[in-house]
Amino acid sequence: MAQGKATKHIRTVSEGSMKAGLGAGGCKECQASCQSACKTSCTVGNQVCRQRGN
Amino acid sequence: MSKDANWHVFSALGRPLLLDVKTGGLHELDAVARDVALAYGEPRTEIIRRLGPVHTVQAVAEAIEEFDGMVAEGRLSRPDTPDEPYMPQGEVLVKALCLHVAHDCNLRCRYCFGNTGTFGMTRELMPERVARAAIDFLLGRSGARRNLNVDFFGGEPLLNFDVVRSTVEYGRKRAEAQGKRIEFTITTNAALLDGDVAEFLDENDMLVVLSLDGRREVHDRMRVAQGGGGTYDLVAPRVTKFIANRSPDSYFVRATYTRANLDFASDVLHLADLGCRSISAEPVVGGRDSWYGIRMEDLGVIEREYERLARLFVQRHARGQGFSFYHFNVDLDGGPCLARRLSGCGAGVDYLAVAPSGGLYPCHQFVGRPEFLMGDVFNGGIDPELVARFRNTHVYTKKGCAECWARFICSGGCHANAYASSGDILAPDPVACAIQKKRIECALAVQAILTDRRREALAQEAHMLPSNAVTQGKGA
Repeated sequence: MAQGKATKHIRTVSEGSMKAGLGAGGCKECQASCQSACKTSCTVGNQVCRQRGN
Repeated sequence: MSKDANWHVFSALGRPLLLDVKTGGLHELDAVARDVALAYGEPRTEIIRRLGPVHTVQAVAEAIEEFDGMVAEGRLSRPDTPDEPYMPQGEVLVKALCLHVAHDCNLRCRYCFGNTGTFGMTRELMPERVARAAIDFLLGRSGARRNLNVDFFGGEPLLNFDVVRSTVEYGRKRAEAQGKRIEFTITTNAALLDGDVAEFLDENDMLVVLSLDGRREVHDRMRVAQGGGGTYDLVAPRVTKFIANRSPDSYFVRATYTRANLDFASDVLHLADLGCRSISAEPVVGGRDSWYGIRMEDLGVIEREYERLARLFVQRHARGQGFSFYHFNVDLDGGPCLARRLSGCGAGVDYLAVAPSGGLYPCHQFVGRPEFLMGDVFNGGIDPELVARFRNTHVYTKKGCAECWARFICSGGCHANAYASSGDILAPDPVACAIQKKRIECALAVQAILTDRRREALAQEAHMLPSNAVTQGKGA
């Protein structure tokens, strides 16, 4: 859940993870995106990070 | 850099949302915050002057302060911040191969991008010695990477099942000896998926991608047997039997949609009704000038169809009949690191395809194009110029990507689609981009809804616990 000042007009669904990802990133152990399901369109954002054990 | 490139404000499934592109953060907005987000960056007095009469001055001022506060706390990135400079770095290592074990097929699908399995080459099967050399090549070029992938592809890979079987056995043994692990996947039309094959795939924990286009008439229109006639009745029972005892993360049932079924949400639901729990549906590749190819003028219908699919998807989840749809699987709190997002799909760099003769290509969709032949698995060398060309094809060199809000999720899209549509891997296909962006918006809205439901369920659960249960649970 979001931490910080409460907001009335903005409700945080997710704080996002890309900043954290920079620190742990770059190991290249994740699956190649076309090896999972698509084979015809690249969507890297829905790959799973092995480092985080997701 | 436009503000939309960093703060993407959009509505999907009736929810106004803000994607903070740099962090991947997702925020739901009320009507005031939505309008303020669109104007944010303009002078405060100007925003209040313009939006005050619409929402009240007090509400607009509150929303501005909330955005200011979140930016100050680092929970939102500043919308005017440029991206950090990016330069691909590090040793070029291979982590995945697509083995074209069969340049032949037992079906004659009308939309096949592989020319009925041959990819414009001769009709042949990959000999065992080539497949083994490919494994050796992968292990030899993978450096310190532990987790490697090999996909058996075609044509129809089960036409060469003996080689699939022996390659898995060989690969497992060789990888283990080097302290590595190869994850094997196979993409099949399921026509030859009998009990023996299924047993082998199960025993070896292989991820299986099964082609089934959805409703009988949709499938039969495109996926026909060599002698003509639809293949739904042959394939669908094999698929459903195969997946019956499999966990959803061990397979994907994959549909291709064309101009002839732009109501493809009905095909996805049909697959769900057949018991498929992991589903993917993709627009047909190529055929832009044919009767089945997706055209620019179809985009409005397709975008509405993704909204329809997303609504049906969350309805099914609410009824306890949920399933996984590949393109809605955006992990808001996890997902790949920025380095991975920037390097894109990896084609031509860490992901290569191997033709039956051992020739190496940037990916399965480039196989058979002589200008993209990168080397072969026997000599081990890869054309450094082609590697450099693909490595330098990323969101900061592809046309339009650096300014696009979707750049860290789509990562520049499919190079092969770009090449097929424009003759240039640096010029993305505008139709593919539009579809990609709509799918991502729907995926984010779906995740917002599912996150709400999880939070509500947790809150309800906490409310129902006896007052001392939390204390007791803490010690456990």
